[in-house]
Amino acid sequence: MSDLTIRGKTAIVGLGETRYYKRGAAPDPEFKLTLQAIMLAAEDAGIDVRDIDGFASYSNDRNDPPRIQSALGIKHVGFSNMFWGGGGGGGSGAVGNAAAAVAAGYCDIAVAYRGLAQGQFGRFGQGAAIPVAPGGMAFTAPYGLMSPAQMFAMRVNRFMHDHGVNQEALRAVALASYHHAQYNPNAVMHGRPLTEEDYDNSRWIVEPFHLFDCCQENDGAAAVIVTSAERAKDLKHKPAYILAAQQGSDYRQAAAAHNAPDYGTSNFKSLAPRLYKQAGLGPKEVDVLQSYENFTGGVMMSIVEHDFCKPDEVNDFFQLDNFRFDGGKLPLNTSGGNLAECYMHGLELITEAVRQIRGTAPCQLEKEVNISMVTSGPMVQPVSNLILSREAKP
Amino acid sequence: MSDPYPSSQGGAAVASPPAASTGDYYLPVGLPQPAPYPEGLAKEYWEATRRHELVVQRCDKCNVFQWGPEFLCYACHSWDLSYVQVSGRARIFSWERPWYPVHPALKEKLPYIVVLVELPDAGNVRMVGNLLGDPLQEVVIGAEVEAVFEDHNDVKTPFTLVQWRVV
Ligand SMILES: [Zn+2]
Repeated sequence: MSDLTIRGKTAIVGLGETRYYKRGAAPDPEFKLTLQAIMLAAEDAGIDVRDIDGFASYSNDRNDPPRIQSALGIKHVGFSNMFWGGGGGGGSGAVGNAAAAVAAGYCDIAVAYRGLAQGQFGRFGQGAAIPVAPGGMAFTAPYGLMSPAQMFAMRVNRFMHDHGVNQEALRAVALASYHHAQYNPNAVMHGRPLTEEDYDNSRWIVEPFHLFDCCQENDGAAAVIVTSAERAKDLKHKPAYILAAQQGSDYRQAAAAHNAPDYGTSNFKSLAPRLYKQAGLGPKEVDVLQSYENFTGGVMMSIVEHDFCKPDEVNDFFQLDNFRFDGGKLPLNTSGGNLAECYMHGLELITEAVRQIRGTAPCQLEKEVNISMVTSGPMVQPVSNLILSREAKP
Repeated sequence: MSDPYPSSQGGAAVASPPAASTGDYYLPVGLPQPAPYPEGLAKEYWEATRRHELVVQRCDKCNVFQWGPEFLCYACHSWDLSYVQVSGRARIFSWERPWYPVHPALKEKLPYIVVLVELPDAGNVRMVGNLLGDPLQEVVIGAEVEAVFEDHNDVKTPFTLVQWRVV
């Protein structure tokens, strides 16, 4: 691992989020939502939106920087970047790429953004309506294995088998997200609490995932502004310094037909130690965690692989009480996350991580948050993660 | 070193596993049909299933089994890879039971079982298929299974799926 680092050189200084809608309920097209989120983020940072000169997104976002630049009348763009791969694997990665671009001098003010209107475009939760499955899909789709839930259920099942994990561990992740959404008026599931019985009685989507183990499908857009640590000091809000950002994938994780040698994994085994090394700290220093929930089982393996608990301790550790913002050992997904706030492809996890540093989250921790962490996109390839800090050089 | 894995092209015969009767499909018709990679990488595999033979890519140089297929051997980077026939015996490595129809064709057939099996006589490479029998059966990781060839002959481009059943 290289000694060159972006540690402490940049910060997140602006947050923008449209209203979050149920899938298909957004009154505006995706591109308009994206522009709104970017303008809101600039306003929050206290900068002119025309001064943004770097763009970073992920998951084949349809809202391309050249069109955004033209729409906003930006004079020069020095960096425009797409993080490869699908799912939410690039949420932290887009922020990391924005930070790297600022640190390397490609641009002064970068925005990491995601716009998503599954009502306007296709749904993630359905298999593609195609007559023929070519390539790697030929080995799965004809057998009825087509949706993201189905792509990941067998990885989770194998992990649960290997470590004797009970269904209640997955349930705890869902309960934590719904618990926090009840305090968050922006959450789509605000006012819709989830009990253990609700979870247990909910239908299976694909064993071992109940309905409440699966993320929502939503419409909206979100954006965060990244600039240099020097510039950040003079802006409106307390900066959330980017202490570490990693991205990548473990050995042959994308091998076709589910042939990744290490199968029951969230794909963070090589990234997690690199993240902690870059940040110069360990899991004990992390005050609050936003962990991308495509499915609860992915959160479980992400938490294990970031060394918050051992694989064989999952049944004990995965309890709602450990994940609550009010007194939990590891406050988790404190805005409601993908399950209960909004599936903004995990960019809403970044904005929540920043709010916890600022002290403005609906579920704000009682203690001062010094270290706020995000993990993005378990089980996909590549994945990414991020550590934010109250101090540039803690 | 002796070669325990005869090539499908002229090697010692391996008994072909049993075939499901034509027209007897585990999942309803209408799901996407398999096609080889645009580059044709999996062409030999799908052709072999028509003969009710299970084949896997193996490196001619270092004998590593590789699945899915690729142009070069991930282990030694040799470009010389062959498809070799394997026994069709496998173990259940993981499984899932879908209850939600992700495709219109599946509405009539819920739940169903997808298994991921590993092939001990092919370096434990894995294949995805359906587990034949009662869709509500208890599925045991580690259970021994065998390949069953499911012919789809009543379509424009006939194909054969590889399914699994507990031995
Ligand atoms: Zn080789």
